[in-house]
Amino acid sequence: MLIINNLKASIGGKSILKGISLEVKPGEIHAIMGPNGSGKSTLAAVLAGREFVEVTEGTITYLGKNLLDMLPEDRAKEGIFLGFQYPIEIPGVSMVNFMKTAVNEHRKHNGLEPLSASDFLKLMRDKKELVEIDSKLANRSVNEGFSGGEKKKNEIFQMAMLEPKLAILDETDSGLDIDALRIVANGVNKLKHPDNSFIVITHYQRLLDYIIPDVVHVLYDGRIVKTAGKELALELEEKGYDWIKKEIENNVTA
Amino acid sequence: MIVKSEITEKYLELYKNNINKISGISSPFFNSFRATAFEKFNELGIPTKKNEAYKYTNLNIFFDHDYENYFMPVPADFIKAEEFRCEVTDLDAYGIVLLNGFYPTLKEKLRQLPGGVWIGSLNEGEIQFAEKFEKHFGKYAKSETDGLIHLNTSMASDGLFIYIPEGVTMTRPVQVVNLIQSDNDTFNQPRNLIIAEKNSNFSIIICDHTLSPQKFLTNAVTEVFVGENAHFDIIRVQNEHNNACKITNTFIYQKKNSVTSSNNITLHGGLIRNNTYHYLGGEGAESYSYGLFLADKWQHVDNFVNVDHAFPHCTSNQLFKGVLDDMSTGAFNGRILVRPDAQGTLAYQKNNNILLTDDAKMDTKPQLEIFADDVKCSHGATIGQLDDDALFYLQSRGINKREARLMLMFGFAHEVIQNIKIEALCERMDNLVMQRLKGELSRCASCLVKCM
Repeated sequence: MLIINNLKASIGGKSILKGISLEVKPGEIHAIMGPNGSGKSTLAAVLAGREFVEVTEGTITYLGKNLLDMLPEDRAKEGIFLGFQYPIEIPGVSMVNFMKTAVNEHRKHNGLEPLSASDFLKLMRDKKELVEIDSKLANRSVNEGFSGGEKKKNEIFQMAMLEPKLAILDETDSGLDIDALRIVANGVNKLKHPDNSFIVITHYQRLLDYIIPDVVHVLYDGRIVKTAGKELALELEEKGYDWIKKEIENNVTA
Repeated sequence: MIVKSEITEKYLELYKNNINKISGISSPFFNSFRATAFEKFNELGIPTKKNEAYKYTNLNIFFDHDYENYFMPVPADFIKAEEFRCEVTDLDAYGIVLLNGFYPTLKEKLRQLPGGVWIGSLNEGEIQFAEKFEKHFGKYAKSETDGLIHLNTSMASDGLFIYIPEGVTMTRPVQVVNLIQSDNDTFNQPRNLIIAEKNSNFSIIICDHTLSPQKFLTNAVTEVFVGENAHFDIIRVQNEHNNACKITNTFIYQKKNSVTSSNNITLHGGLIRNNTYHYLGGEGAESYSYGLFLADKWQHVDNFVNVDHAFPHCTSNQLFKGVLDDMSTGAFNGRILVRPDAQGTLAYQKNNNILLTDDAKMDTKPQLEIFADDVKCSHGATIGQLDDDALFYLQSRGINKREARLMLMFGFAHEVIQNIKIEALCERMDNLVMQRLKGELSRCASCLVKCM
């Protein structure tokens, strides 16, 4: 589904990603872990198409197409979804209007008629139930005045509405209490099926108690320094990131 | 010696040559204000950029022009306007049509609407409600610095009169459609008086439309008295062509525990200047002043707001926003005056503007003068571009950049519009603003008025 090959990227001339290669197959959940400043969020930004990140080398192939040639909105319509670490507040734009526009853009892209008002409202209702989001949130402006937890739940709700093929969740667990964390994780688990994939970016192992990854990568200083199964997350939780840093330093000096 | 500008001289001349004619139309009471006003105008003149309050707005291009009509329409002109009566509104509102700001006086000059409100020509209002008229007329429209108020008082001949008797609650608003139309370049100076007595409740929507391409200049003065415990809302929708200039001077005088709101929505117009004066003249009064403008090409929109807290425990809130495209310019000047006795005042002000191009320009000036100590006041002003993060957020959900920009601008504007309490009008305004943002003619789908 997604093949990243030797990806290098910089922000304002500063090199952040220093050669990342990774492949995500349909139905897989990949966790990307790593200490602060390792480049996790930059990787998410590149995948979603943020302009301030400059790709200097490497390729990203998504469903056989060159992802780097696509506009952010086209990536979304082709099935990529980014769950933001810091969801943006947009006063004056209602959740209903926002989601209706987004859903219908997706439908247009897939050659479908726009949803009728009643079908759309039904879809909203169903998805709200699925992700256990408070009904009232959907009647407000996008993220305006939402608590940290509400914003993250709203990301999962949007993901449920848009049914992406590849969802990238950028530290969706940060700042969540245990109940919100459970709701977010349940949302992901309910939306998971054999054809779609997830990249879960997280600093802590906690989220991975609820979302079981197939593959765990450790990102450090712009490189993937370790890839293993779900047991790697537990090891990181136990020992922290220092042993990995040491291992790398040893390798460099050796 | 002060050298009067040639432009001011022109209007002094106009007054001298026509004062007999004007005085013939109106009553001795109205006429008794003219000489003093004229003297004041003679002293102040047409505001120039040297006048602090007009620093960002150049009125010369509209005042330095020889108009063919300077006075109210003749009866024949009203015939066409009368045809529109009661047909233009599909809001659940009483429809009234004005021509160039004047009430058509062909049939009944003043009428009572179901619900108890009187509406009609100013001169007729004075005849039928002399006592009320004399109590309020000329009492609120005062200025020591702005000559335009006095120019209006000295030469206005008629306008709109609305009387809401004590305790009358109008469940339906009144929608005034003001048609601006003439075969000649025209300078209009309507004079309006609205008296909302104690415990009354009234909303008025005023929609301006230019129907002919001639050059128009309007200098309107509206005095509003809002009695104790009364509720009053005024919403203006300004939709004029680029060769039209509109200056509104609205003075809202409030008594104890009254609640008012003013909302100026400027969709289109060559040069617009809205002067809105709020006087909180009794404890517990609340005043909300809103404004939104969308400008492009060479348009210029200027909102000047003056909120005067004269009594304790009053609340005021100003929210003004502008979206400026092309090489358009705009200005906002919001003054809050808290007098020494006005303890417990709450006064807020916010002005946000979006510049869509490098050539668009906005000047904003908060002016807080606080002479009481137990006061909560805040103000904030921003001038900026659309938020890149918000734009990306929308794009990342599959919404293309053009549509995302529209949504953000719409959301920005909607924050002002959502304060309109009449739901149908709120929706209508949302649609008009969306059409305007898309670059289409902002015209109601069902409207019979084909404005230009």
